[in-house]
Amino acid sequence: MFALRPEIRPATVDVVVEGRPLRVPAGVSAAAAVLLAGLPAIRETPVSGAPRLPFCMMGVCFDCLAEIDGVPNRQACMVAVAPGMCIRIQRGARTAFVAP
Amino acid sequence: MVGGGLVGAAIAWGLTGQGLDTVLLDEGDVAYRASRGNFGLVWVQSKGLGAPWYQRWTRTSAGEWPALAAELGARTGLDLGLAQPGGVHLCLSEAEFEERAARMAQMRQEAGNTGFDYRMIGAGELRGMLPGLGPRVVGASWTPYDGHANPLHLLHALHRAFTEAGGHYLPNARVAEAHAAPHEFVVEAGGHRVAAPRIVLAAGLGNAELAPRFGLSAPVRPQRGQVLVTERAREVLPMPVTTIRQTQEGSIMLGDSMEEVGFDLRQKPAVMQAIAGRAVASFPWIARLNIVRAWSALRVMAPDGLPIYDQSERFPGAFTANCHSGVTLAGAHARRLAPMIATGSLDPSLDPFSARRFDVRAAA
Repeated sequence: MFALRPEIRPATVDVVVEGRPLRVPAGVSAAAAVLLAGLPAIRETPVSGAPRLPFCMMGVCFDCLAEIDGVPNRQACMVAVAPGMCIRIQRGARTAFVAP
Repeated sequence: MVGGGLVGAAIAWGLTGQGLDTVLLDEGDVAYRASRGNFGLVWVQSKGLGAPWYQRWTRTSAGEWPALAAELGARTGLDLGLAQPGGVHLCLSEAEFEERAARMAQMRQEAGNTGFDYRMIGAGELRGMLPGLGPRVVGASWTPYDGHANPLHLLHALHRAFTEAGGHYLPNARVAEAHAAPHEFVVEAGGHRVAAPRIVLAAGLGNAELAPRFGLSAPVRPQRGQVLVTERAREVLPMPVTTIRQTQEGSIMLGDSMEEVGFDLRQKPAVMQAIAGRAVASFPWIARLNIVRAWSALRVMAPDGLPIYDQSERFPGAFTANCHSGVTLAGAHARRLAPMIATGSLDPSLDPFSARRFDVRAAA
């Protein structure tokens, strides 16, 4: 659905979205990488499990919550991509505490 | 019924169950609306030190809650999220622990034959009950009576059940004119003129100004409380703590503050910092959770912190109901207080809650 426009911003940064390698332009958000990857959903809501994709792209709607580099529930639209970044689906609520 | 918050709505719902034709006057969004800022505890263990009648009333209400939640749930389909697994009050120093132990012992002594089931639990045992406690936690008090619920669903359910049972809800209806005579009241509010043989004032902070017009007194003041809310997390807390609870949906709510600042609803970073600091000292893992919402609200406080229930001596048929625990006391308000109002007199067990307790006493 979404495509790059390499004539304006060439893809130079390698990230991994849900296990799939992807090259995206420098400075785009992790949410943009998710949209480019064509995933059916980046999160499942905590209460009903409904699938969601990035929506507002400006930090308001929280529908782009993802696990980024091992940190759960990050707003992917507010995080710029970095080389080697690992973006994974946020399934339901995050874990708050794991007994050692 | 004047007041569409938790107190007014609970009593109004109870009155419809007694077969009374009831009109509920709700001021509107200009009101302070403590019922929208609630923390959501159904809390018993710290209520009524030196006032065992308040402890009994609170315990009565916690006991009525399951029936209230079941009935409202059946009528509205709303899940009130009631859980009463018992609760703990964490102590972050030996001094706090000793003070708490003395308080709980006095509560038991004052409870007399009613009994007061509690335990002071040391850090070792507590670590097996609650996940990831911080090193500063030295222990806690525990009672089996405590719990929590979803206060917004409670308010919603009370309103829906009330109107579906035939109650008349009038929004944007601030009381303008009021005429009182024994068992004969006329109120003009929001363009409506309502006449009734009985009137209940449950307007929260608005009662201070309203009550004297009906020969009653309600010397309540605002006390600000602030709340922080984290993102949702998987179920981690098996029971509520006095100032920390995990909602049914997974959010963790952090409270509280008791600020004497008048009608000032602003939030203060220093207070929010103190709330977060105590929460993190209790459960260090909370520091990794994002805070997604925060708000403040004004408690409805009597000079001694206890509820006020009265019937007017000058104008019988006029009642007041004021408290700062609209969630905890909802069970008693709907299922105990409303039947008393319906029969026309408050039970003698409520005498200690009369505002006459604030009068200057005659010398012997």
